[in-house]
This record gives sequence, C-alpha cells and structure tokens, in this order.
Amino acid sequence: MAADLDAARATPLTGMLAELGGKMVSYADHALPVQFAGVMAEHTHTRTAASLFDVSHMGQVTVRGPGAAEALEALIPANLIGLAEGRQRYGLLTNSAGGIEDDLMAARLGPDHFVLVVNGACRDADFALLKAGLPGLEVSMAEDRALIALQGPKAEAALSALWPEAAEMRFMDVREAVVDGISVLVARAGYTGEDGYEISVSAQDATRLAKLLLAQQDVLPAGLGARDSLRLEAGLPLMGNDMGPDVSPAQAGLGWGIPKIRRTGGARAGGFPGADAILAEFENGAARSRVGLRPVGRAPMRAGIVLFADQEGGTPVGEIQSGGFGPTVGGPIAMGRVDAARAQPGTTLYGEMRGKRLPVEVVPLPFTPAQYKR
Amino acid sequence: MTLSTMRFTEAHEWLRPDEEDPTVVTVGITSHAAEQLGDVVFVELPEPPATVAKDDEVAVIESVKAASEILAPVDGEVLEVNEALADNPGQASEDPMGEGWFFTMKIADPDALAALMTEAAYKAHIGE
Repeated sequence: MAADLDAARATPLTGMLAELGGKMVSYADHALPVQFAGVMAEHTHTRTAASLFDVSHMGQVTVRGPGAAEALEALIPANLIGLAEGRQRYGLLTNSAGGIEDDLMAARLGPDHFVLVVNGACRDADFALLKAGLPGLEVSMAEDRALIALQGPKAEAALSALWPEAAEMRFMDVREAVVDGISVLVARAGYTGEDGYEISVSAQDATRLAKLLLAQQDVLPAGLGARDSLRLEAGLPLMGNDMGPDVSPAQAGLGWGIPKIRRTGGARAGGFPGADAILAEFENGAARSRVGLRPVGRAPMRAGIVLFADQEGGTPVGEIQSGGFGPTVGGPIAMGRVDAARAQPGTTLYGEMRGKRLPVEVVPLPFTPAQYKR
Repeated sequence: MTLSTMRFTEAHEWLRPDEEDPTVVTVGITSHAAEQLGDVVFVELPEPPATVAKDDEVAVIESVKAASEILAPVDGEVLEVNEALADNPGQASEDPMGEGWFFTMKIADPDALAALMTEAAYKAHIGE
C-alpha cells in the first residue's frame, strides 16, 4: 500500500486533506483519503449534514465541435441530442461485445460543447476510446482541474452561502459560476443518494475553494470509505464491481441509463457499440440482473461471495459484486447479479462465506431513498 | 492489575492474565489494531469450550472496511466468549482493551505467555 501510495498521483487537494487528518490511500492511481474521523461517522454526517469529498481522480473530458451531440450518441446510448444546455445526463460507454467500458455523466454547456465526467480508473482508456471515436472534434482531458463533491442535506445551504444561485439549481442542472472570485463548473448531482453538488475547479484554486466550503457550517471532510457505503445504500453501481466490459447494461440493472428513444422502436434506436446485443437483451429479458441483497444475519457479505438457491448443494445462482455494512440501514447490505428466476424481491438465497451458507434476502433498491432535489 | 502483566502478539492481540489464575487469559485486539480496522460491525466468536492451537482462526471480525481473522495466540482452550459483542460489535472499536474483549482461554503451556511481547516490545513493534 505504501509503495502504491508513493507512486500515486497527488490531486490538487491531496496535501491539504492529508493535513486535515485524512488517511491517504492509492485509489485509481491517485492519492485520496479513505477516511478522516471514521467511515461510520462520515457516512452519518453526509446523511444528516454535509461532507466534502475529493473526487479529482475522475476524468473531466471536454468534447467540442460541430455535431458533437450526434457523434457522442454513436458511442453512448443516451439522448444527448435532446439534452438541454445547462443539464447533464447519465450515460454508458458500451463496447462491441455489448458490455460496459465505463459509466459517465455528460453535461451540455453549449450546442456543440459537452463535458464528460468519467471514472478515474478508466480515464486513460476512455480518453483513447473517445479520441478514436470522435474524429474531427476537440477531445481533451483536463489535467489541471480538481473535482470536489459536496454532498448531504446541508450542501445547498453551504454552497449558497458562497454563491446564492446554488439554491436555484435542480438535480442534474449544470452551471458555470464564480464563487468568491473562483471560476467553477457546478453540477447538482453526486454519488451518495443525497442532494449535493459536484464542483469542477482549476488546480490552482482548488485548495482555496475547498477551505471555503469546509469553513461553512455543517461541512466536514469525508473519504472513499464513506463514499462507498453511501453509494451502496443508494443502490448506485460501481464500475469494476457492478458493471464492466463483460457485463451488459441489462444485467447491470442499468436499463434506466438507456432511454426509449435509443431502444428498439425508438426514433434513434441503436447506432452505438454493441447495440444489437444490448437492445435484444432488453427485449428478450436478461438471464441475470442486479438486485439488492440483505444478509439475514449481521455478517457483511462482500464482493465475490457466491449465491445459491438452497442451503446445501446445487449450482450457483448469482454472485455479490458490492457488499458491506450500511450505517444508515444499520446492517449488512449488498448488491449482486442473480439468475432472473431468483431476482424477485422476497426470494431467499444463500451466500457462501467461510464454508457456511448464510441466508440473504433479495430486496428492492435502493436501501435508502434518494434525496435529490428534482 | 496494571498493563505491565499483559502480553501482545504480532497479530495485534493482547492477553491479560487473570489475577487469581495466570494460566487463564482474556484476549482482545489492541487499540492500534482497532484503529487500523475502523468501525467494527460484526464479530463471530467460537462456541466454548473449544480446544484451539496457536494461530488457529478462532474468531472473525468485520469492520466497515474488511474482514479479519482473530488467531488463537497460544495453544489452549477457549472458556468463555464476550456475548455482548454479538449485539454490540462496536465495543470492539470503542473499547478494544476493555469491554471489547473477545474470549478467555486456559493456556495449555503456562510458559507460552513469556514468549510473547511485553507492552514495551509491542509498542516498539508498532513503532510507537
């Protein structure tokens, strides 16, 4: 870990967050805090007040030029042509095998101007894919920007104390703004299930902005540990766990990421990598799908645990991809992909851990209701 | 009872000999280990009485971060487990050297204790 950490890239906030007591780890090749006061405390603080997360490991890609929306739709099965300026949408980068290369947010800043926010672990591969897939367009990865997530029910009060317009934004709105003299790009979104913002800022202004936000009432720093338990409770999939290059959108439970207009029978159906397989699977039903899982006992069931239909014998009917303890739920929670026949809420399955099969119930997602300000 | 009679293992467990019968020890994890583990959310303990050999996995501890095994620090017999941890696993993080104890055991070879680290040696081991 130490060697990894030495090799990890510092973000514009790494030094400052380490000074604040962040326990730093290497994540997606970046030095980021895994926790400050403790995962449980930070999780609860995010659900009840507001937390600041450094998510600068994520890639921020500008795509600009004539026909940008149409060109992006050839890579991403989202409705980007119909996306209004000042709004963003969730999307997937699919591959020709019908799997998921990455998931992302696509913000439209102008008729021919988009900013994509992609996963840190995928940023180089995504950049290559976008560069190759969008000939004739400007495709540039920001190397000198930070991304700060401010999440929780007090996030609006904290940001609007510095920039009153923050309160006017709705979920998935995107605005360019000046906060105390600092130019930022603000999206009202996040990865915790709470209301909040993601704020893109230049590297040179990042520390000052983070300090301004942390000086607001109710705002404390939080780390990757809480980010993971928050997104898990919110039922939000994690690239590399709940989806990947060999997992289809239908099996990853990401039907909501592909709108009708891009589905079979839609006005702009298909036309993206793997479209035939991906759309046929939605039509015919997927063999497996992502479900919420609640272990009946107190032991957390983590990624990799194999699921069976019966307490003894039989062949696996699924596997856990994300799992741990849900501090707000107050017990262990997980998500996994299971056979369609076993995906109904209320179904009891058995997770095999430490040589024993322990019961786990299929439940609807999310575990904690989303608090977005729509 | 002072800390000085306690013994420590490289697996970050502490053993506190009973005042009456020093061949019976209470076992738990150190504050250093608890800090590294983060909030403990689940503890699985053995069913006493259980005969165990040194380094056998006798208990499982799950924190918000990961699962870890608790190893038998010496050969012996587990006499009693801290049932309170089942309902309140957080005790293992909040008071690891006190209320968060895991089990008591009868040591097979009373000399085995002397081979373990003293508090000073353990502190040096973790670089304190």
